[in-house]
Amino acid sequence: MHLFEGDQGECLKADIISTVEFNHTGELLATGDKGGRVVIFQREQESKNQPHRRGEYNVYSTFQSHEPEFDYLKSLEIEEKINKIRWLPQQNAAYFLLSTNDKTVKLWKVSERGRRPEGYNLKDDDGRIRDPSTITMLRVPVLQPMDLMVEATPRRVFSNAHTYHINSISVNSDYETYMSADDLRINLWNLEITNRSFNIVDIKPANMEELTEVITAAEFHPNQCNTFVYSSSKGTIRLCDMRAAALCDKHSKFFEEPEDPSNRSFFSEIISSISDVKFSHSGRYMMTRDYLTVKVWDLNMESRPLETYQVHDYLRSKLCSLYENDCIFDKFECVWNGSDSVIMTGSYNNFFRMFDRNTKRDVTLEASRENSKPRAILKPRKVCVGGKRRKDEISVDSLDFSKKILHSAWHPTENIIAVAATNNLYIFQDKVN
Amino acid sequence: MLNAMECAVDAQSLISISLRKIHNSRTQRGGIKLHKNLLVSYVLRNARQLYMSEKYAEIYRMQQYEEVMTVCNEIQELNPLEEEVMEPASPCPSATQAVAAAEATVEELAKDPSVGTFYRSCCCAAASTNEPEEDLEEYPLNSCDFSPPACTRTTVLDLDTHVVTTVENGCLHQDCCPCQSAGSLAPAPPRKRKPDFGYDAPELPDFAPCKRARFEDFSAAVASSTVTAATESPEPSNISNLISIFGSGFTGLVSRQADTEQSLNGQFCSKQALASLGAWTRAIVAF
Repeated sequence: MHLFEGDQGECLKADIISTVEFNHTGELLATGDKGGRVVIFQREQESKNQPHRRGEYNVYSTFQSHEPEFDYLKSLEIEEKINKIRWLPQQNAAYFLLSTNDKTVKLWKVSERGRRPEGYNLKDDDGRIRDPSTITMLRVPVLQPMDLMVEATPRRVFSNAHTYHINSISVNSDYETYMSADDLRINLWNLEITNRSFNIVDIKPANMEELTEVITAAEFHPNQCNTFVYSSSKGTIRLCDMRAAALCDKHSKFFEEPEDPSNRSFFSEIISSISDVKFSHSGRYMMTRDYLTVKVWDLNMESRPLETYQVHDYLRSKLCSLYENDCIFDKFECVWNGSDSVIMTGSYNNFFRMFDRNTKRDVTLEASRENSKPRAILKPRKVCVGGKRRKDEISVDSLDFSKKILHSAWHPTENIIAVAATNNLYIFQDKVN
Repeated sequence: MLNAMECAVDAQSLISISLRKIHNSRTQRGGIKLHKNLLVSYVLRNARQLYMSEKYAEIYRMQQYEEVMTVCNEIQELNPLEEEVMEPASPCPSATQAVAAAEATVEELAKDPSVGTFYRSCCCAAASTNEPEEDLEEYPLNSCDFSPPACTRTTVLDLDTHVVTTVENGCLHQDCCPCQSAGSLAPAPPRKRKPDFGYDAPELPDFAPCKRARFEDFSAAVASSTVTAATESPEPSNISNLISIFGSGFTGLVSRQADTEQSLNGQFCSKQALASLGAWTRAIVAF
């Protein structure tokens, strides 16, 4: 199991972080918050002078992605909270990402400006127009170096396509299209075209009284551009093939684990609702997160998951209280490491859990500044379920349920993780001896 | 943090907590969250099923007690020296008397807060015990409190055989019900009781938009304990708004359950009750 050292905690003084995502190389890390802002961190180049400062992440760009809006027709305020950020693969010097709130997806271009043209003929260097009569000779403007400036510009705005709240966006492996999913529908977009989208999934019943489930997450397959999955509030996952039909209401595969009747309770439906679904990097597996467990599925086996990991089963007897304080509705995300051998997900009390699929070992770690100094090794934590509490253990009743880790990300190739704890971002790296 | 919380595991508290969540979601920033409200409605349904199964069990016990009392009274009646005691279930030949008896029942049972709510809007049919083969007189149980613009079904209760059946009469208004000719039903005026979980009652009328929230025919299987006879799947009747549900305590959540037999065993959730879920979803959407 890996030992992790705490890097300098990047503390955002602003709002609660609502999404975290590495780009495809891991050089950039984007976070979105409830205030509609996006903050991008960039990894430092490794320097020989300071080998122990192995590529720390520093703020690269900050911009306001979404603003609060008001839907006058329905008298509804549209939150500016960023629900998801997804990077596009890099094709030139600029970086592109998609960010979405409840209703609108935006494509942002983040580019550097390190040089500026100087020596214009018709205007001064500070921009003032020169009197043409004063011009006696012509010169060719040249690019001179300047202080690095990173600017973010909105290149596309994809709006007015969702009646319900957008919960997911996913870029297709063809790098031309992407999909956006709300509670009842999934739309397919071309990245270049903003005034049209195709509806590929629609589970809205003719009579809303018959509504029994909603879409909770959706993702494209990492290499098959025709395949995607979407999860539902009933704990099922549907895999769809866009080659089969224009409207993918009929699934190609249906993944569901039969319910254990002995675990039945008032809240069975809530805790079986899937909050996140992620394909493995290989594309062979997918992982789903519901309230108490993480499950790994083999795409070739629909009847039951391959592996089930208990995240915090000690909460099963506390579901009623968690229902009262709304914690039972928390949507935890889950992530794969680069080699698909370890999976990670968050919990309460700023705990997050890692499960090694090969050794079947798991560890609970805590993201908090009190408990870990920079460059210290994270100590594994343990929750005491009952009986005698040992010295370092924490009892279930002393867990802080206001401190929850819903969003996290794992570097695509290295053992670097980013963990969002409310309004703080923690970045942990593998310890190098 | 969990210690300090009082956890209300009983069905009634869960129902009130859930309704409060639905109410609060209307004023939440960002609009109503469909997913969360759907999940809350599942909890509501589960709690309601348990609540109903407990109520049925209780009513069944009460009915059995009444039957015993009736038999005792009949024995007493044979003795002319004994004072005649009018019991709610004693035979009444005329419809009006039946209604009076029914209302007496309602009044009496209303005193018992745990049971009375069930009878609030039901009218009891009294069949003559002297002629057990006589066809039961049917009186419609209607959601009269809520002035439904259309009712396509009425549910009738035979107190004698405890059979609940649904009659499709296709009438558009309760006044048009042919059954009504059997006697004036004197529907109870819409009573908005102060809900027992702390809502501001004056605020609630804002709830009543033009869109109606549709719920189960709550008055249906109210008094029936032998719900095996009630095999129809629940049909939504038209109830104007969520306030009425609040106001009527939990009668609004009553519905015929074909699977109550299972519920009585403590398994309080079945797949067929999904149809009933729709009513709550519509309530959510109606917001």
